[in-house]
Amino acid sequence: MKAIKIMSPSRIAIYLLLAAVSFPIVFAYLWLFSGSISDELEFGIVPKGITLENWRFLWSEITIGTKVFENIWPITLNSLLLAGSITLLEVLISLLAGYALSRMNFPGKDFILKTTIILHAFPGVALLIALYYVLNYIGMIDKIAGVVLIKVALELPMATWMIKGFFDEIPWEIEWAAYMDGCSRLQAWYKIILPQIKPGIAAVAIFAFLAGWSEFIYSYTFIFSSENYTLAVFLKNLIGDFRFLDYGLLAAAGLFYMIPVIAFFLISQKSLMTIKFGGIKG
Amino acid sequence: MRQLEMEICENVTSKKASMEGLRKFLGALPFLGPFLFLIILFYLVPVTLTFVMSLTSMDYVLEWKFVGLENYLRFFQDSGVKTVVLNTVKYVFFTLIINVGFGFLLAIATSYFIRNENIRLLFQTIWMLPRMTPPVVYALLWLWFLDPTEAGMLNSFLGKLFGIPAQNWILNNPMKVVIIANGLIGASLGMVVFSAAIKSIPVDYFRAANVDGASDWQIIRYVIIPFLKWPIMFMTIWQTLSLITSYEYILLITDGGPLNKSEVWSLFSYHKAFSNYEFGYGAAISMVLVLIAVLIAILMLKVFGYDAIMRRGNVDGMRGEAGDESNKNHVAV
Repeated sequence: MKAIKIMSPSRIAIYLLLAAVSFPIVFAYLWLFSGSISDELEFGIVPKGITLENWRFLWSEITIGTKVFENIWPITLNSLLLAGSITLLEVLISLLAGYALSRMNFPGKDFILKTTIILHAFPGVALLIALYYVLNYIGMIDKIAGVVLIKVALELPMATWMIKGFFDEIPWEIEWAAYMDGCSRLQAWYKIILPQIKPGIAAVAIFAFLAGWSEFIYSYTFIFSSENYTLAVFLKNLIGDFRFLDYGLLAAAGLFYMIPVIAFFLISQKSLMTIKFGGIKG
Repeated sequence: MRQLEMEICENVTSKKASMEGLRKFLGALPFLGPFLFLIILFYLVPVTLTFVMSLTSMDYVLEWKFVGLENYLRFFQDSGVKTVVLNTVKYVFFTLIINVGFGFLLAIATSYFIRNENIRLLFQTIWMLPRMTPPVVYALLWLWFLDPTEAGMLNSFLGKLFGIPAQNWILNNPMKVVIIANGLIGASLGMVVFSAAIKSIPVDYFRAANVDGASDWQIIRYVIIPFLKWPIMFMTIWQTLSLITSYEYILLITDGGPLNKSEVWSLFSYHKAFSNYEFGYGAAISMVLVLIAVLIAILMLKVFGYDAIMRRGNVDGMRGEAGDESNKNHVAV
């Protein structure tokens, strides 16, 4: 192709159209940012004077009338605990199961594989009511650990399928070599196979963390005590009370909650598309 | 599904007879144990429980009082159900159009028309934002955007530009709001999946079309669309399945209101269970929905074939005949 090519009018039109439909999204996220650092905005998003007042939830109590909101730090810790545990368990269990489903032969394997894919299509909502009963029965209701287990279980089918795909790619020779050197199956899994699929593990871990961090419905439904609230529930309550009063506060709290997501976008700008939608074999 | 289960059960039992099989299974157990434990406890047990619960009048005391099919009879006579079913159909249908249709347009625009890698990435990243944003924050953005006062974004925008008086968008058009809000989330999935499919079309096809002097429109019509037939079909069924059971964003934005105007089936079940504490009735409502979801899932497996899905993994059935090994795609969020 020639080095300089004048864009055709239809192509310019596409660019403009795409920019136009994408604009509201950019606009909304810009607001989230500028709304959090200013009380007054011009044209919706240009801050007029800067204030940190909206971020007051970081160092002081948020009150409305006589109602006092919880301090945000223990809640942030809860969210970290929730997302962290989900990541750890999901990765570990899917690595184990994915290995067995990919590289072992045992009766019922086909059944498990097929059920797994059907389960993924199974609506989580339909289970919610029964999950309440199960959690209550095993004494995990109103506990972060309960939400962790549920979330892990619901995401396992997908994660296991992904991990299985990674294992499928590893040549058998590597594993045979490990056995020759006297490794047991578990040792081979840990020492030889896992290092081969590090990027895949990282991808699964990142998405498990973000899914755990964003988790709303199970925390909202199964956690009642404010000391076990997560950021999602906290923010939902905050929105309920401040919706028409203080958008600045909401924007700041929302942005605070989004920090891991933003970090993820910044770090993985390029690899986002390739890791997530490119390199994974089903 | 049932047929499949039976077939596999037989398979399992016949093999169990041999000690060899048992030994192999026990060998895999250290790897599979935790997986099976969680799946059984939080999937299979709840599925069974939901069914049994639907035959009881269980409330927050969690007592098993069996009432037979009463809940189901009530459901089919409930005057509110008609609205809910109608809302669900509307919601799924129109959101699907945005998910697949708009997703397709975005994919064509970003993957075919935009040749600059960075600009493409920029737009695709922008469209991924709503999807990656925690639902609560995403809902907050909508509440702010559609704020009913004159200071609300859309109101002040329309007011200044066209002199349209401020109005309460969410109150007046709850269904439209939840459809668009959900549509944007799904559109990014469509974009990503279709983009991957477009990229997997061998370059030769485009070259050949160029040599033949095909216009952009002709290339889309005769090269891209035939290749995307499979992904589009898959996406449609997949999203239908997700949409009929999704309610999280609706709960956050309108909570089914005003007056059930945006209440969909799954949210209806949620409200019955967790607002009214009618667990038995809520379970029955879910069961009917599950039945529909299963029918759609079976349709999906029929259309695509078990083998196609098994071999290619999940969403991957969509690659169809356009085979470029590097372009597997899948969906995690």
